[in-house]
Amino acid sequence: MDQPASPPTKMGVSVTSRATEGSAAAAPVKVSAQNVDVFYGEKHAIKGVSINIPERSVTAFIGPSGCGKSTFLRCINRMNDLIEGCRVTGRILLDDDDINDRSVDVVLLRARVGMVFQKPNPFPKSIYDNVAYGPKIHGLARTRAEMDAIVEQSLRKAALWDEVKDRLKEPGTGLSGGQQQRLCIARAIAVSPEVILMDEPCSALDPIATARIEELIDELRQNYTIIIVTHSMQQAARVSQQTAFFHLGNLVETGSTEFMFTNPHDQRTQDYITGRFG
Amino acid sequence: MADVALAPSPAPDAPRTRSADLIARSLSRRRRAEVRFRAYGLAAVIAAIAFVVFLFWTILQSGLPAFFQAAMTVEVTLDPAVIDVGPRPVRADFPNEAAFAAADLAWQTALAGKNFGSLIERAVNAVLATPASSRDIRAIYASNERFRLRDMVAADPGLIGRTIPFTLVASADVDVWFKGNIDRSLPENQQQLTLAQQQITDAMIADGTMKSVFASWIFTNVDSRSSPATAGLAGAFMGSLFMMLVVIALSVPIGVAGAIYLEEFAPKNRITDLIEVNINNLAAVPSIVFGLLGAAVFINAMHLPLSAPIVGGLVLSLMTLPTIIIATRGVLRAVPPSIREAATGLGASRVQVVFHHVLPLVIPGILTATIIGVAQALGETAPLLLVGMSAFVANIPTGLFDQSTALPVQLFLWQGNENRNFFEPRTSAAIIVLLGLMILLNALAIFLRQRFQTRW
Amino acid sequence: MNLLLIAILLALMAVGYRLGTRRSRRVSTERKERLHSLPQHYGTLVALWCGIPAFIVLVLWMATQSGYLESVALSELPAAVQTADEGTKLSAVTRVMAIADGTGVVGEVSAEEQAAADAVAQARLIRTLAAVALAAALAIGGFLFTLRRITPKLQARDQIEFVVKALLFVSSLIAILTTVGIVLSMLTEAIRFFSFVSPIDFFFGTEWRPTFSSTGAGGAGEYGLLPLLLGTLLVSVIAMLVAIPVGLMTAIYLANYASPRLRATAKPIIEILAGIPTIVYGFFALVTVGPALHGLGETLGIDISATSALTAGLVMGIMIIPFISSIADDIITQVPRSLRDGSLGLGATKSETIRKVILPAALPGIVGAFLLAVSRAIGETMIVVLAAGNSPVLQGNPLEAVSTVTVTIVNQLTGDTDFASPQSLVAFALGLTLFVMTLALNVVALYIVRKYREQYD
Repeated sequence: MDQPASPPTKMGVSVTSRATEGSAAAAPVKVSAQNVDVFYGEKHAIKGVSINIPERSVTAFIGPSGCGKSTFLRCINRMNDLIEGCRVTGRILLDDDDINDRSVDVVLLRARVGMVFQKPNPFPKSIYDNVAYGPKIHGLARTRAEMDAIVEQSLRKAALWDEVKDRLKEPGTGLSGGQQQRLCIARAIAVSPEVILMDEPCSALDPIATARIEELIDELRQNYTIIIVTHSMQQAARVSQQTAFFHLGNLVETGSTEFMFTNPHDQRTQDYITGRFG
Repeated sequence: MADVALAPSPAPDAPRTRSADLIARSLSRRRRAEVRFRAYGLAAVIAAIAFVVFLFWTILQSGLPAFFQAAMTVEVTLDPAVIDVGPRPVRADFPNEAAFAAADLAWQTALAGKNFGSLIERAVNAVLATPASSRDIRAIYASNERFRLRDMVAADPGLIGRTIPFTLVASADVDVWFKGNIDRSLPENQQQLTLAQQQITDAMIADGTMKSVFASWIFTNVDSRSSPATAGLAGAFMGSLFMMLVVIALSVPIGVAGAIYLEEFAPKNRITDLIEVNINNLAAVPSIVFGLLGAAVFINAMHLPLSAPIVGGLVLSLMTLPTIIIATRGVLRAVPPSIREAATGLGASRVQVVFHHVLPLVIPGILTATIIGVAQALGETAPLLLVGMSAFVANIPTGLFDQSTALPVQLFLWQGNENRNFFEPRTSAAIIVLLGLMILLNALAIFLRQRFQTRW
Repeated sequence: MNLLLIAILLALMAVGYRLGTRRSRRVSTERKERLHSLPQHYGTLVALWCGIPAFIVLVLWMATQSGYLESVALSELPAAVQTADEGTKLSAVTRVMAIADGTGVVGEVSAEEQAAADAVAQARLIRTLAAVALAAALAIGGFLFTLRRITPKLQARDQIEFVVKALLFVSSLIAILTTVGIVLSMLTEAIRFFSFVSPIDFFFGTEWRPTFSSTGAGGAGEYGLLPLLLGTLLVSVIAMLVAIPVGLMTAIYLANYASPRLRATAKPIIEILAGIPTIVYGFFALVTVGPALHGLGETLGIDISATSALTAGLVMGIMIIPFISSIADDIITQVPRSLRDGSLGLGATKSETIRKVILPAALPGIVGAFLLAVSRAIGETMIVVLAAGNSPVLQGNPLEAVSTVTVTIVNQLTGDTDFASPQSLVAFALGLTLFVMTLALNVVALYIVRKYREQYD
């Protein structure tokens, strides 16, 4: 296993890693955004955001609601294409490919960059079919046995296998909220993505279910690059290694999570973290 | 699942590259499937729109020419020797109203007995190079024209003795010949006109006597069997109008009141549930079933007259009722509760809240629903056939209990006429009139909706 | 006469309103008490008590008058007429009524007729006077009684509102009454029909020959439902084969692919199809589609009748397209966006998302829409009357002329046959069958659609 870019050492505040871009530069960059602007019709929702996201770690986007963090997240697998009148400019690189390039197939992109949504949204199908859906449409399994193996592995990785292994044929909508969200994570994992985007994945869950998802996220960063939008600073502090603070469509500050929470550069970050607004 | 051996945990990169490969390989197939699916969708939309266009095109190109008919203008001399029946009686000469009426009737009867046909025959012969037989001349103009000439004279006896230009509407068969709606190369025994009649017609076309004129009588005349060329929609139009009046008078107040009860007052219990399910079902009951209801209840049990607009109107009202209830409930539901709460908070009773505050807001919506319901009722045919409205009626109805027919039923009657060459375009023309009325109604509904649209 | 009575009653009500309003004000000042309701409410209450009972009496009187007078006429006529058949009785009574009305009749008026007419005229006078007197008594009584009851404590508003609510409730009952009326009238007439023909012969008979009898059973003929049912089925199936794919794909395309502009133009154009009267479709089928199909058949060497199940079904399918597409559009757009995003986020293409996630999720609603469409198809009349060819033979070839339940209802009831004959009554047995079939489909479909809507509410 590669070392995560900024290992969560306790009290590891050091002056060297204080540089905003510096800490991330150490690990290979998985996603790199350069001067991204997003417009909804006339509204300028994202203003010139540039950020590098290191591989196999958790990056949290925080900020007050309406600050554009979800919008920016949705640019990374081009979910914004689905919104009428939404226009994205600038470059977003996944590895070294511009995802907005004409030659890029959005299907392939979304298979590489999976997504977990704010509200658990299992399909009204069985648990098994929910997980098998991605592999099935992408043709990842040639035989029934291969599919079974993918489903089992995905559910195991999502820490759901033990709870559902005896009722794979039951509808996914019958699970509890936390289980549904882990099912959605398993569904995303089943396609073997490289990056997983999570848009406030715990906002609809109770604290216990939230804790389980957070544990799971921590597990998953061994293999996946994870970007999580959260409105909870505590959550960002618990699960992420890097944090990016958005405010009114601007990326105010990025850096390793410890620094951001202990010693932010920007006054706005400071105010937000200390609870002056939000 | 349990017996599936888990593959030894692979290096994290291995399945990723493999799956990326697999996905990339499937891409072109999936792209094609996507394009195909999209094409099916587009084809369906195009097909649906093409049906609309084709339907309208067929009807317009068949029906529009029927609004113009062959007619010939001749100089008719109103020869007193043939038609003079003395001056029309004057009221002042008679001691009482009854005596005058009797004398006037006698005068009209005498006039009606005169041979106006011979006057027309003379006038037509005057424009022909060689005189034609009475039979041939009668065959080329619509028989109703004799009565029209008579009515002109009855209305203005001063015309007697003068020579007036008179535009004769050509008979249906001549009109078909004139428009080329029949194959001219067919042998004589398969033609509707005899050779002689064809020659007369062609001669009149050649010298410009016979021309195409706008057939205004389609709108002003009643149906006619003996003189199809001058048959019109006036009777059917009035019948439909009377029925729509019945529909508006009955189904709107009852429907709106019922909807208000269900939406604003009804407690949630089994009875209102039953009413609710029942109304939804009623909206989906085939219209012909309402016709059967009308035949059994209004005609057979209540002995209301056959073919009367009142019966047709009652049947259509029952049919329209659920539409109006459902639509009215929809607009009532859209009124935000804050308006009701505000009025209730000022001490208004429930009834006052509804009638003073809610109802005025939804009147445009109810109006729209009414117009749409009426437009639907206007085109309904099947139930009317069962309450006897398909009878031939030669008068314009003047009341709810007169015999009458209706626009869509008139279409049904005309399309069944044996003289297909003439009546197919004629039916299309009637369809244009019917659709025109419906489009007008719907445009009115759209206009009202946009003009008075309430924004909450 | 009737209008005059109504006018007098309305005038009386207006006076009642004025007096009630004035009196309530006066009572309030005299007793120095606040009125419970507005003065206008007291006025309205007086008007209502004055008008409503009298109005009910007048309506009942008018509604029963002619029936009563006819029974008087019949009872005054000679016994020979009273025992004669319905037709004779009816014409005799009509003559008497005409004489009594003074409108005059054809031929000589016999002494018996004149006597009966005199009796009718007398009965009419007595009954009219009685009704008018009763109405007047009720009106004036209600007027005075309510006027005297006016005190500041009288809850006039509540009483008026009770009347209003009662009226509203009665209006909502009309819909139920209609259904009851349909069921009762169909049932009674169908039972009369089954006294001529056994239900088994009707429901399981394979021959439809209503006028000619092969068995010699008193001119009853054969009334087998099956050929008609098969015809209905053929036409409906063809209609669904046209309408379901086109309607559904239209809805899918407009909801998921079309640009807002195309959607805004195409939707209303397609909905025009729903507003066109069915007689127009029938004419279109008969004049354009039928001959075209016949011609096509000739080129292909297949025998296609110009009027056939295919012609009618094809055109009916066109008619049903907007019905399916608009319900399906509603239902598809109700599928939560999150499901769509979930699938697209996994890298599914749009069509995969639609086929594998949206349609399965919307399936119950779509099935409901299909069932409603089927119910429409089997109840549709004018298209089949004009374009299906009317040949009630038990055969399954869609290229041949067929007959359907609805066509037969029209044929049996628009002829010159006596209403009480099995030839006419069979229409009600057919109507009952049709009603039960469509009712079952509607109930199931509406239930499914409702459950579906609740699921995503």
